Amino acid sequence: MRSLLTVALRVTLLTLVVTGLVYPLVVTGLAAVLFPGRAEGSWVTDERGQVVGSELIAQGFSSPSYFQPRPSAAGTTGYDAAGSSGSNLGPTSKKLRDGAADVLKKLEAENPNAPRPIPAELVTASASGLDPHLSPEAALWQVRRVAAARGLSEERVRAVVTAHTEDRTWGFLGEPRVNVLLLNLALDRQFGRPTLQPPAATSTQTPLPPAH
Amino acid sequence: MTFVGWIQTLAFAGVILALTRPLGAFLYRVYEGEQQPLPKLLGPLERGVYRLSGVDPRREQTWVEYAFAVLAFSALSLLGTYAIERLQHVLPFNPQKLAAVPADLAFNTAASFTTNTNWQSYSGESTMSYLTQMAGLAWHNFTSAAVGIAVAIAVARGLTRRLAPGAPKLIGNFWVDLWRGLLYVLLPVSILLALVLVSQGVIQTLSAYRDVTTLEGGKQLVALGPVASQEVIKELGTNGGGFFNANSAHPFESPTPFTNFLEMVLIFAIPAALTYTYGRMARNQRQGWAILAAMGVLFLVGVTSAYWAEAHPNPALAPLAVSQARGNMEGKEVRFGVAASALFATVTTGASCGAVNSMHDSFTPLGGLVPLVNIQLGEVVFGGVGAGLYGMLVFVVLSVFIAGLMVGRTPEYLGKKIEAREMKLAMLYVLIFPLIILGFSAWAVVSPLGIAGLSNAGPHGLSEILYAFTSGAGNNGSAFAGLNANTPFWNVTLAVTMLAGRFLMLIPALAIAGSMVGKKVVPAGPGTFPTDGALFTGLLVSVVLIVGALTFFPADSLGPIVEHFLASAGKVF
Repeated sequence: MRSLLTVALRVTLLTLVVTGLVYPLVVTGLAAVLFPGRAEGSWVTDERGQVVGSELIAQGFSSPSYFQPRPSAAGTTGYDAAGSSGSNLGPTSKKLRDGAADVLKKLEAENPNAPRPIPAELVTASASGLDPHLSPEAALWQVRRVAAARGLSEERVRAVVTAHTEDRTWGFLGEPRVNVLLLNLALDRQFGRPTLQPPAATSTQTPLPPAH
Repeated sequence: MTFVGWIQTLAFAGVILALTRPLGAFLYRVYEGEQQPLPKLLGPLERGVYRLSGVDPRREQTWVEYAFAVLAFSALSLLGTYAIERLQHVLPFNPQKLAAVPADLAFNTAASFTTNTNWQSYSGESTMSYLTQMAGLAWHNFTSAAVGIAVAIAVARGLTRRLAPGAPKLIGNFWVDLWRGLLYVLLPVSILLALVLVSQGVIQTLSAYRDVTTLEGGKQLVALGPVASQEVIKELGTNGGGFFNANSAHPFESPTPFTNFLEMVLIFAIPAALTYTYGRMARNQRQGWAILAAMGVLFLVGVTSAYWAEAHPNPALAPLAVSQARGNMEGKEVRFGVAASALFATVTTGASCGAVNSMHDSFTPLGGLVPLVNIQLGEVVFGGVGAGLYGMLVFVVLSVFIAGLMVGRTPEYLGKKIEAREMKLAMLYVLIFPLIILGFSAWAVVSPLGIAGLSNAGPHGLSEILYAFTSGAGNNGSAFAGLNANTPFWNVTLAVTMLAGRFLMLIPALAIAGSMVGKKVVPAGPGTFPTDGALFTGLLVSVVLIVGALTFFPADSLGPIVEHFLASAGKVF
């Protein structure tokens, strides 16, 4: 029995050092050498070279001149990149229905001329709350508003959306999608930055009730 | 449902099928071969760790010694993780200065990771320091996986070994099996594939969280961490504990459809391959294929149901003027869509992994029923690494017994008679599982402490409770995550559930091995029920389904099933 415990203790410490410390530090070192940009967070910069976020992480947009991402349940106000979360509201949740109805009303008010019905991705919270993508339909649906706000023709804005639409990987994995931050950066690069109202708060869209 | 969505599912099944044989043969060589792979490189390393741990690799153990070794190692490593969590505020690699983890949560989490469950009552990014994630949690992702495979190999030895009369009844050396799994399988694959994940955008950094000014001039604090090294073993070891709260839905854990596909393949790779390893140990490959076929049938039924259900609109949004052409998108990511989300949900619950790439709580009622039932079937639809095989082998023993009853013969399996002792142990294994799930669920639904955690009303609330204990006992770890389980009541009851679901089931499985290993092998006769054909696969599937359905149907019908009918009638709560 004593020898069993001695062996167990030694194996516990040894595995802790090998798999809990050596392994992750080796991987960190190799990643830093091989893929430094990816390993650090895939940061993207604007035309002035300022880091404006990670291309993989959704951020809130409220200006009509920018495409807006899906609603977010991350953190108390949405798009909290240190508080990822879905709404976790179930298929018979009144809160889910009411929350979506509120978002819908706001979208209809902001996009009076956009086609109906509205793609449901725009009123449903993503799983992470940080989904950086829109479906092509949900992006194209916003083209009329963005074009009007920037004083551009719809065709020119639509062309940028199309150019930024990624297809399924190898034709069959996942779904077609548009990265919202990269799309907005491309608009700024091509057509200049819009003049923004002073930024209100971090959160920009109607936040959904937090899950917990 | 779309054609492309099905291609994705079939491609996944094809890759798993193609991997089963080579990986299974590799595992056989690692655990049962005369010489392990890469003897020049890894041989000295293996001998070195034996010397440092004081293990004599040639000395095999009885099932009792084997079980004691498993328990001693698990208990000590549980304490280790508890200590790291409680002391993380004074330990290094804590750039966010996170406080010590509270006692009940630390206990729950230590039990959770020791048992290969990875139930998470916490949000990783706001609770656990980088050291706790790496050394406290990912450490267990390796060791609990290696323990699972070791036990499965030991159980397989018990069933397949042919001992000379009077020979000692030994089933292998736990320490050797543990180290071989780590050194030859889990570590090399993890190092390689962690880098593949990084190349796709999964982060791997020890830097502090980064404050950025967004394009519109807002502020965003972006949580970072050594994610890729944890991500790969989280799936390969069917652990499932996410670095971040949103798990594999978080773009830093799975940024592309390719990483999503790779992560699903990692979840099923070892559980599927072990059936081939088992066939080789049984000296009849068809024994392994018959088991794989049963798992495959159950998996395909599950994924078809889940995909079908999730391709439907979310009933809560039905009255709104929105187009749900893409199916139920609440709690799902655009880059995955419903097809890859339903597939991932079926894979992660079939295999007792528990990683999620979409929020199961927001699935349609029948879509959410699939992961729940997958776990309730006993985590044998591929199952956890190792745990799935030894769980399925218990069902095999049960099926052989039932077949024996039908023809009135003493049942035998691989030439060994199955007698009263083995049947009692198998029934113990089968009964402990629903006892803990239904017992604790019953307590939680009548206790204010249990109800307090709910975030959904109506039958969905019952589903949240039932799912939590099912997930705990099945050592799955996924959740209907609206449930706020970070309270002393939930942390303690779920910790007990997880420990019982692991060790009270692992011990009977090892005991069956210990009792079978010394039995005389009689040659197959005309009355022997063949266990390597389609008939047996059919019987095995039926037994798994009947045991699961009889046990859990009443509870499920009050949760997801009644919710389905209420949702169809337009009810909300």
